[in-house]
Amino acid sequence: MRGWLRSDGRKGIRNVVAVAYLVECAHHVAREIVSPFRDRDVHLIGFPGCYANQYAYDMMRRLGAHPNVGAVLLVSLGCEGFDRRGLREAIAATGRPVHTVVIQAAGGTRSTIAAGRAWVERVRAELDAQPTVPVALDELTVGTICGGSDGTSGLTANPAIGRAFDRLVAVNAACIFEETGELIGCEGHMASRAATPQLAELITACVEKAARYYAVLGHGSFAPGNAEGGLTTQEEKSMGAYAKSGASQIVGLIKPGDIPPRGGLYLLDVVPDGEVRFGFPNIADNAEIVELIACGSQIVLFSTGRGSVVGSAIAPVIKVCANPDTYRRLSEDMDVDAGRILAGEATLDEVGDEIVTLIEAAGRGQKTKSEELGHQEFILTYKTFEPIGPACLPAA
Amino acid sequence: MKPFDPRLLLLSEHDNVVVACANLRGGEIVRMDGENVKLGAEVSVGFKIARRDFDAGEKVTKYGAPIGSTTTAIRRGEIVHLHNMKSDYLPTYVHDGGVGFTKR
Repeated sequence: MRGWLRSDGRKGIRNVVAVAYLVECAHHVAREIVSPFRDRDVHLIGFPGCYANQYAYDMMRRLGAHPNVGAVLLVSLGCEGFDRRGLREAIAATGRPVHTVVIQAAGGTRSTIAAGRAWVERVRAELDAQPTVPVALDELTVGTICGGSDGTSGLTANPAIGRAFDRLVAVNAACIFEETGELIGCEGHMASRAATPQLAELITACVEKAARYYAVLGHGSFAPGNAEGGLTTQEEKSMGAYAKSGASQIVGLIKPGDIPPRGGLYLLDVVPDGEVRFGFPNIADNAEIVELIACGSQIVLFSTGRGSVVGSAIAPVIKVCANPDTYRRLSEDMDVDAGRILAGEATLDEVGDEIVTLIEAAGRGQKTKSEELGHQEFILTYKTFEPIGPACLPAA
Repeated sequence: MKPFDPRLLLLSEHDNVVVACANLRGGEIVRMDGENVKLGAEVSVGFKIARRDFDAGEKVTKYGAPIGSTTTAIRRGEIVHLHNMKSDYLPTYVHDGGVGFTKR
């Protein structure tokens, strides 16, 4: 694999210009800046809220300094609460080109779009001339998520991703699984895989937090389509989702934006801390994909049974299709046909190996299906988190 | 002869349901625990079939773990889904005939 070496020592497998709106009022201008460059690795990201939020700020700071991001353009209306100066300075400190356009100061929509496009054009050319370096598997952080799950997800795609994770962890890559609301019922087993007794307690507590949070909302992490695909209950969905984690020891418990300090398997806690405040922890799959990316994932493995088609801004998404019927209908969107396992045409290990091979291909620049199709979804909303404690991380 | 039809998957010896690995027709005979069982209705891939008779209020076990409880009696060979089981943690929401959002 080849990629781009960043000042913090991490390496990107893409060299994206991120154009970030800092409030919904700047969204259209930012989208127009991106539109002529849509096939040239210029991606639209942003935060819609007018009121400042520490989580959103930290997420944008991590995304702006993500290894797959080479430069960042901030698009501000001018009067929103986002700390645009702090964000620009934090990104500039990483050595990346960063620039801010402020609509209210630049003379409105047209002039801001023109100024933004001129900057992107120049910086895109700079990034295209940057040299690449070799990238090894142990320099990757890989996230995983399942979306549009059905009764086959837990039988094929999820355990196959688990096998891929086991192989990646064995060579000291960092692997992140998540969605503690979809691990309700698995906390005891997960705790038994924790590297330390303190970490085991923290894992149990974070699933209990998720169960309380969802109980207040009166709703689990379960969509009607899950039931149409054969799943019945949160705990059944959890058991299937949990299979994505594989069989390795769990070395850390992180929150959105925390970077794994070394290789190994990490659980990402996406459920906010404190009282239930801003609604659902994960309004759609891309909210979690963005959180996996903010933790440094250069690539994301997405398991789907019903057939999600999404990709993401910033990081390539590999879609592993669990259901053979879905694969036949949506093969143009799917990278891996894990449903072959049900018919006895492939084993979990074989599909796990295929996933690792596809990760390496993406690391050599090959586009995933969702990249080819132009998927660059992105969502960021309000949340609140307390910082993690030292017992959550392994020694570096 | 093997105790289970190859189109059925028993995930754990402790399970009281099996999972369909293929789309099965209603009335079809499948082999379960060494016996021939007639399916009550069509079963789509990924759905669960009762491995034994259930009373209402019994735990349903899949992957060797409890995934909810029955709400009615269920006969061996019948589909086990939201019309006859529920979560022990949180309600499940479904589309009602393709529209709306109904609590089960």
